[in-house]
Amino acid sequence: MATRSSALARPTAFVADAEADARFTARKNRLMWRRRLLPLAAAILLIALWQFTVVFFEIRPFIAPSPLAVAYTLVDRFGILMQNLLPTAIEAFLGFLIGNFAAIALATAFVHNKTVEEAFFPIVVLINTIPVVAKAPILVLLMGNGIEPKVAIAALICFFPTLVNMTRGLTAVNPQALELMRVLSASDREIFWKLRVYNSLPYLFSALKIAASTSVIGAIVAEWIGTTTGIGALIIEATYKFDSPMLYATVFVGASFSVAFFFLITVIERLVVKWEPQAVH
Amino acid sequence: MTALAVACDRVDVRFTTERGTVTALHEVSLDVEDGAFLTMLGPSGCGKSTLLRVVADLIEPSKGALRVLGRSPREARSKREIGFVFQDSALLAWRSVLANVELPLEVGGGASIAGHTASPRELLELVGLKGWEDAYPHELSGGMRQRVAIARALVTRPRLLLMDEPFGALDEITRDRLNEELLRVWEQTRTTILFVTHSLYEAAFLGQKVLMLAANPGRVREIVPIDLPYPRRLALRETPEFVRLVARLRAVLETC
Repeated sequence: MATRSSALARPTAFVADAEADARFTARKNRLMWRRRLLPLAAAILLIALWQFTVVFFEIRPFIAPSPLAVAYTLVDRFGILMQNLLPTAIEAFLGFLIGNFAAIALATAFVHNKTVEEAFFPIVVLINTIPVVAKAPILVLLMGNGIEPKVAIAALICFFPTLVNMTRGLTAVNPQALELMRVLSASDREIFWKLRVYNSLPYLFSALKIAASTSVIGAIVAEWIGTTTGIGALIIEATYKFDSPMLYATVFVGASFSVAFFFLITVIERLVVKWEPQAVH
Repeated sequence: MTALAVACDRVDVRFTTERGTVTALHEVSLDVEDGAFLTMLGPSGCGKSTLLRVVADLIEPSKGALRVLGRSPREARSKREIGFVFQDSALLAWRSVLANVELPLEVGGGASIAGHTASPRELLELVGLKGWEDAYPHELSGGMRQRVAIARALVTRPRLLLMDEPFGALDEITRDRLNEELLRVWEQTRTTILFVTHSLYEAAFLGQKVLMLAANPGRVREIVPIDLPYPRRLALRETPEFVRLVARLRAVLETC
């Protein structure tokens, strides 16, 4: 804003008050650090409490590990953890791409053809009501023991939220903007590309952020059935062996990947959706 | 040129909803001369906005004949001779101010009328937004957004500008300022303007004539001429002639 107002020809209310500006910036920085440091401090406190509880009550390792034991496992078995993260990450990522692409394509079909929406939407809702843990065995039977059923489950889990949000984003267009396009004799194609697509982007990114974490969940759940590699397989193995530090370390790695994926989408969103004030979501 | 910008002959508009069929406009006949400034006033449900939308070819009349700029409304629309300004500025949030003004040139075969169009930058200057070309709509105030909407409507050099309560959502100070500026724009462009409003003062201040509509069903009650010279300035509203005219409009409105 400041650069624009200085470029303005007409007089403005902006004045050069370096001291006031500096005070404002300092206060803003202070608040920003506060927002970052407080949750971090709370997390450290909780972990310390966890360590204390495990040591003080002499909780045995196969029931719950101490955070130090988990940290030690994370470092000690880093190689195995990463080896198993890779297939899960690939499955989640492929599922994310396929599921969201299919959802966007179907939402586009829905917008162009009401009949398609009326025919298929109830079926999609029905399939969505089946829990992932119930869908997984069906897909394993259908697709075998390879990567395919995992990708399929990750894709299915992404599909529904994106379909609903994308359809909404493509249709929930300002009615007066739509009338404007009519007055301008815009074709349906122009209305789609110049109005609906842009309108849908904030909705789409809300869905993609959900999909980023759920696709990882989908891949992990799929790995619970008949697989020997991946974060999901590692979780099952560690549970059977009562290897609680390994179990916690695996969960930590899986969750970290989810968070990283989520942040990647958030960064892309900030680059793409530049026009809306951030308070909207 | 003595051609009529709008020639409306016993136009009826009916809507069918779950509650039954409603007559929104009944036997509306109206002639608007080329270059005129007509304001439209009436209670809610009198069909002011419907009439604008019929002229813009957004709604089809159920009965009656309608010519816009000597053509059918559809032809006038597809020849890009109609500009429309809505109550909500309806700016596209993802486009800069300049890109919003350029939108009409990009869609609906806008390129085909190249040469007849106005310069988007000059129009922004005309509405007092020079220096704001690269701003996004969310950075603008309500009044500024409506200025952009007006510039956008003018970019195809329309011969007919339809305005549906464009300043209805603005505060009084901004509205007064924009009223004066709209008159300036009208004097410079000489385009015909049909302006729907809820405000008696706005109707009398802007228009050469005020079309008074009655509700249920929407029909023409009276056309009140406003014989006050242009250019008009805000101070005009304190003169006895103006006050008398507003009193007259109010009296007619009570019968609508």
